Amino acid sequence: MRALGIILAGGNNNKMKELSNKRAIAAMPIAGSYRSIDFALSNMANSHIQKVAVLTQYNARSLNEHLSSSKWWDFGRKQGGMYVFTPTVTVGNSWWYRGTADAIYQNLSWLKQSHEPYVVIASGDGIYKLDYNKVLEYHISKRADVTVVCTECREADTSRFGVLKMNEDCRIEEFDEKPMVSQSNLISTGIYVIRRRQLIELIERCAQEDRHDFVKDILIRYKNLKRIYGYKINTYWSNISTVESYYNTNMDFLKPEVREYFFGEYPGIYSKIDDLPPAKYNPGSCVKNSLIASGCIINGHIENSVIFKDVYVGNNCVIKNSIVLNNVYLGDNTHIENCIVESRGTIRANSYYCGEDGIKIVVEKNERYAI
Amino acid sequence: MIKKEMIAMLLAGGQGSRLGVLTQNVAKPAVAFGGKYRIIDFPLSNCINSGIDTVGVLTQYQPLRLNTHIGIGIPWDLDKNVGGVTVLPPYERSTNSEWYTGTANAIYQNMDFMENYNPDYVLILSGDHIYKMDYEVMLDFHKANKADVTIACMPVPIEEASRFGVMITDGSGRITEFEEKPEHPRSNLASMGIYIFSWPVLKEALHALKEQTSCDFGKHVLPYCRDNGKNLFAYEFNGYWKDVGTLASYWEANMELIDIIPEFNLYEEFWKIYTKGDVIRPQYVSGEAVIERSIIGEGTEIYGEVHNSVIGADVYIAKGAVVRDSIIMRHSRIGEGTQVDKSIIAENVKVGANVQMGVGEEQPNVLKPHVYSFGLATVGENSVIPPSVRIGKNTAIVGETTPEDYPDGELVSGGVIREKGGE
Repeated sequence: MRALGIILAGGNNNKMKELSNKRAIAAMPIAGSYRSIDFALSNMANSHIQKVAVLTQYNARSLNEHLSSSKWWDFGRKQGGMYVFTPTVTVGNSWWYRGTADAIYQNLSWLKQSHEPYVVIASGDGIYKLDYNKVLEYHISKRADVTVVCTECREADTSRFGVLKMNEDCRIEEFDEKPMVSQSNLISTGIYVIRRRQLIELIERCAQEDRHDFVKDILIRYKNLKRIYGYKINTYWSNISTVESYYNTNMDFLKPEVREYFFGEYPGIYSKIDDLPPAKYNPGSCVKNSLIASGCIINGHIENSVIFKDVYVGNNCVIKNSIVLNNVYLGDNTHIENCIVESRGTIRANSYYCGEDGIKIVVEKNERYAI
Repeated sequence: MIKKEMIAMLLAGGQGSRLGVLTQNVAKPAVAFGGKYRIIDFPLSNCINSGIDTVGVLTQYQPLRLNTHIGIGIPWDLDKNVGGVTVLPPYERSTNSEWYTGTANAIYQNMDFMENYNPDYVLILSGDHIYKMDYEVMLDFHKANKADVTIACMPVPIEEASRFGVMITDGSGRITEFEEKPEHPRSNLASMGIYIFSWPVLKEALHALKEQTSCDFGKHVLPYCRDNGKNLFAYEFNGYWKDVGTLASYWEANMELIDIIPEFNLYEEFWKIYTKGDVIRPQYVSGEAVIERSIIGEGTEIYGEVHNSVIGADVYIAKGAVVRDSIIMRHSRIGEGTQVDKSIIAENVKVGANVQMGVGEEQPNVLKPHVYSFGLATVGENSVIPPSVRIGKNTAIVGETTPEDYPDGELVSGGVIREKGGE
């Protein structure tokens, strides 16, 4: 592959509410046994990109734990590999990453030392499958300076996305970042292909002008000067960075066509392997239309839910339309409905949680008292 | 060169003919177990959990699956610069070449491998037991007793003792006598086939017995050590241990994992069992599915009913199918309306719709009554079973079968269907 990869995984936003208290969005668990960043990383690996930098800053511990080794995604080891770059204090710089462009700028030496002619930039919070080679081919055929992967927004409200307008040649004419009123429903997925030298040049210029955001200060600022093209995808794409879309994205995996698309069709999505035994169903368990990950022990009733790894469901529990994240212990007689239960929690017996309008996030900080 | 205090030699070469069609294409240690694992994962995980980072795996029979599974040892953290896991097949020498003719002969042929690490102790393991054991504790016992050989033993019911090597010990654990598979056992302390040898003692015994044909630990090496006045000690183990060498014990050991709190508990935080996992996606249980008292592997999709069973990874159980008291290994598919009772279905098997398995009167198997017993219907890997047939108890099927293979649409109890041209 003639590209290297950069995954922007630094972000926090308040739309994730309590869920982002202990992890970066890129580390959010998805579909029972994955984390959000696995999708970008697997796409890199499946596109034969062997050298990937993950730029991370906010609450990175849980992400770092997940990114323990190149081997989970089969990246190169001697040639290439996975690099996790957090901000560091240097002689010339004592800032945190002040934006996406600044994050790349602070690691510019890595880019300069590489020899791959192209760079694929992706964000760590997109759930999708994409062969970046196809985008790269398109990028080359259009003689573009930057190619932006875009898709039609499935949500009614596009105000949290970058909204685009392309001309007949697919060149981007309009680019509004998070507009109050949007002109179209074509949105940027936050995936870009750009020539490495071009990127270095733009990022350096940006830094000189004390600007720090890749979208605002490069894409939008240069949209009439540089050849910026859109590459439209029609396949599944979802951004999980609000509680609503996080919930809906997980629930999408209950649909057979979504599971088949991500897990059945080649190539697959990879993740760090936790050594957990298969799920166990004890007498009295009753599970309907749900995803159950490894390591779970189930005694109660579960309906229309996604149960992540290593969850214990006690006797007479009822879980409906909910997401239970990794390593939760649910005491007996617990009722959970329309909720997201935060990971590593212990829910006391006889608890009752129900999201009345919208999704309730359940965080209990009890000591694990029995197993 | 780094000196290793103790290295392990894992005997994984056997065919395990008592597992019938399950070992038609794979060695016994590579047979799937517990919905996710292979049998060899248990001793390998015990090694790394006990701090033993140098393991030689002796292979011989159908080693492809085993080699692929072990690879460079990544799942067990046995990918080391010095040590790690090394697969040791038999090889040709300038003077002679022979297959491994017995357990001790296999170890003898790999003398160079062991010399490399200049160990103080060598741990001999077999690749066909299900247990969790800290070999370091056993080593402490070995050292404390200044033993030459320590044999792990466990008490078994006296009526079963005649299946094992039986140890007779004095009060301190020293072995005074032992008998290999005695008719009238005088003790119920059975050997588990796990030995720690002080390296010089093992080396000497193997050299002395190098002319012995089919040189075996139980039959030759241990008697040699005893007769030469070595200190043999019995290390008593009281945890769960199961030899899964027969279809009945294999089936039972799988079923024991289903208990509410199983004696052999895979769900404990401590002492994890590691394996090479490919499928990591969660399993899907549909709206009409019923699952009860079962363990179910990753990526499996269930639309039918599963009771009291162990289902492997990436299995598909169609609408209306009912699986009971059975083991289904990875990548297999069970057709619509099919009923599976007390069966073992190996990897990548396709069972058609409306099949009935494990039905009818129990009859002894026509070919191998001692192998296909216990009322089990057994299907070998990559087999295909056509729709709407009935399959009896104590049966074995291997290969792609068509309706013509089933006279009157039935394989009666005790029957066998083998691949055309197969053994």
